[in-house]
Amino acid sequence: MQVWTQTLVTPILITSLYLFVFGATLGERISVVDGFSYAQFVIPGLILMGVINNSFTNTSSSLFMSRHLGSIADLLVMPLSSKQIVAAYTLAGMLRGLLVGVVVGLVSTQFATLPWAHPCYAVLMAVIASMLFAVLGLMAGTFADSFDGLSLYINFVILPLVFLGGVFYPISILPPFWRTVSQCNPLFYLLDGFRHALLGTGDISLWLAFILSGGLTLILILAAVYMVEHSKRFRA
Amino acid sequence: MGYSSSMKPALEIKNLSKTYAATKVVDNLSFSIAPGEIFGLLGPNGAGKSTTINMIGGVTRIGGGEINIYEHKITPHQSAPPQAKRLTGIMHQEIVADPFFTIQQALALHPGFFGIRRDHQWYDYLIDRLQLRPHIHKGMHQLSGGLKRRFMLAKALIHKPRLLILDEPTAGVDVELRHTLWQFIRDINASGTSILLTTHYLEEAQQMCNRIAILKDGCLVALEQTDILVQYERTRHFDLHLRSPMPTIPPVLQRFNPTLNKAGTRVSFVASANDDIGAIVAELVASKMVVHDITSSEPSLEEIFLRLTRETRPKH
Repeated sequence: MQVWTQTLVTPILITSLYLFVFGATLGERISVVDGFSYAQFVIPGLILMGVINNSFTNTSSSLFMSRHLGSIADLLVMPLSSKQIVAAYTLAGMLRGLLVGVVVGLVSTQFATLPWAHPCYAVLMAVIASMLFAVLGLMAGTFADSFDGLSLYINFVILPLVFLGGVFYPISILPPFWRTVSQCNPLFYLLDGFRHALLGTGDISLWLAFILSGGLTLILILAAVYMVEHSKRFRA
Repeated sequence: MGYSSSMKPALEIKNLSKTYAATKVVDNLSFSIAPGEIFGLLGPNGAGKSTTINMIGGVTRIGGGEINIYEHKITPHQSAPPQAKRLTGIMHQEIVADPFFTIQQALALHPGFFGIRRDHQWYDYLIDRLQLRPHIHKGMHQLSGGLKRRFMLAKALIHKPRLLILDEPTAGVDVELRHTLWQFIRDINASGTSILLTTHYLEEAQQMCNRIAILKDGCLVALEQTDILVQYERTRHFDLHLRSPMPTIPPVLQRFNPTLNKAGTRVSFVASANDDIGAIVAELVASKMVVHDITSSEPSLEEIFLRLTRETRPKH
C-alpha cells in the first residue's frame, strides 16, 4: 500500500477501461447472453479478472523483489513458520485483489445493474479466487529467476487462463473440443461460480464451482507451505 | 573472557557443514560462544563466514551437524525454533532494507515480527546512540552507506536479542564512525549480549574480540583467545639503532637474515622467542658497535592471519 498508485489506482483504471469498452461501447452492439445484456454478463468476469490479476501480481512481485534485493534474508531470520509466511503473503495479495475488485464493482454500477442473486456466495467466491491466485503468485515469485521469468508466468499462464476461462463469452458457445479444454481451466469454475452467484445462472452448478475451486485452493496452499518449508529457491 | 565449561553457551556449533554444487563451503566446523563473549570469526573471502552466519540465522539450511542457540537446537531436519530466532539479532553483510519504508517505520514494525511490543525507551536509545535521529523520516534510498549500516545495526537490536551476529558491521564506513560503532558494540556487549563478529579489519577483531576463530576453505585453522593468538607466531621483530654506520652485517646476526637500511644505522631482523637477544647485543657491543636503541614488536594479528590462511592445513 506504500505504492498505492501502482498497486491500486493503475489496475482499477485499466479494469474500468475494460468495463467501458466491453460494457458501454461494444456491449450495446452484442446480443443478449443467457437472458442478460452483454454488460451484465461481462462485469462479473471483469471484476474477478481484477481480483485474480492483482492478487497474483502482489504476491509474485513482492516475493520476487525480496529475493532479487536480498531483503528476503530479513524475513527468514524472523521467528515465522512456513504457514505464517504463506498466510502473510497470501492475505496481502488477497487484500489488494479484493480492494481492486470492490472498486471495479462500484465502477461497474455505472454501466449495468446486476441482480446480486447470491451476494454471500459471490463474496466467498471472490475470496477463494483471490486466495488461489495469491498462492499461485507466491509460487511464481519463488520459481522465477528474473523479471523476464516472472512476466512469463503472467503472459503465458495467467493471461491465457483469463481469456480462455470465459471472462468475455460463455463457454457453452464454444465448439465441443474447446469447451472441454475450457473445462480444464480452473479459472472457468471460479468465473462461472462468481457469475452464477451474481446473476443467478451459470454453466455449472454453484456447488460444483465451490467444491472444485475450494479444493484446488486448499491443495495449492498446502503445496505452498511445503514449498516455503523445503524449496531451496526459498531457503538455500 | 575465557570460556568456562560450566557456562551454557550462547551459541554452540557442532560439526557444521554446508555443500553448494559439490563444493564444501563449510566443513565440519565446531566452536562455542560463551554468554557475554565477543567472538571473532575471521577468514579470507569465500572462507565460509557468511554461510555459517546464514545457517545460524536460518537464512540457509544446515547441510550437516547442529547449531544450538541458548540450547535451542537446529539440525538439517529441524529448522530454527521461534525461540532461537527471537534470541538472535543479525546484521547482514549486504545492505538488506525494504526500500518502501523510512527508518522510523521499519523500526516500528520490526519488533512485532519477533512477537514483542515496541519499547519506546529502547527505540530512543538506539536512535540516539546510532545518531539516526535526524534521519528517521528518510526512506532507504535517501540514506548514505554509513547510515544504512547504522540503521541495520538498530534493526538487528530492536527486539533486544541476547545473541547479536554482526557480519562485517563496519565495512565501508569511515574511521570515526567505525570507532563510534566499536564503542556502541562494546556497550551492548557490556549489557550481557553475546556477539559473533566477522570482519576483514583485523584491528577491529583484535580490539573487540575475546576469542577469535580463523576459517580457511570452510575449515577451522585456529581458535584461540585473542591475546594468545597474537603470540602464535613465536617471533619478534627487532630494530637495532646504531650510533655509527655498520659497513657489513656481523656474523652474530647473519643467521637471522637481517636487513640493513641505506644509511647503515639500522639493522632489522626477526628472532624467535627462544633467541637470547641480550647475548646478541652483548656480542655486537664487544665488536665495538654502539647500539643506542633497540625497538621490538610482536607480530600483528594480520601477520598471523596471513600465515595461518596461506600455510596452515585445515584441522578437523
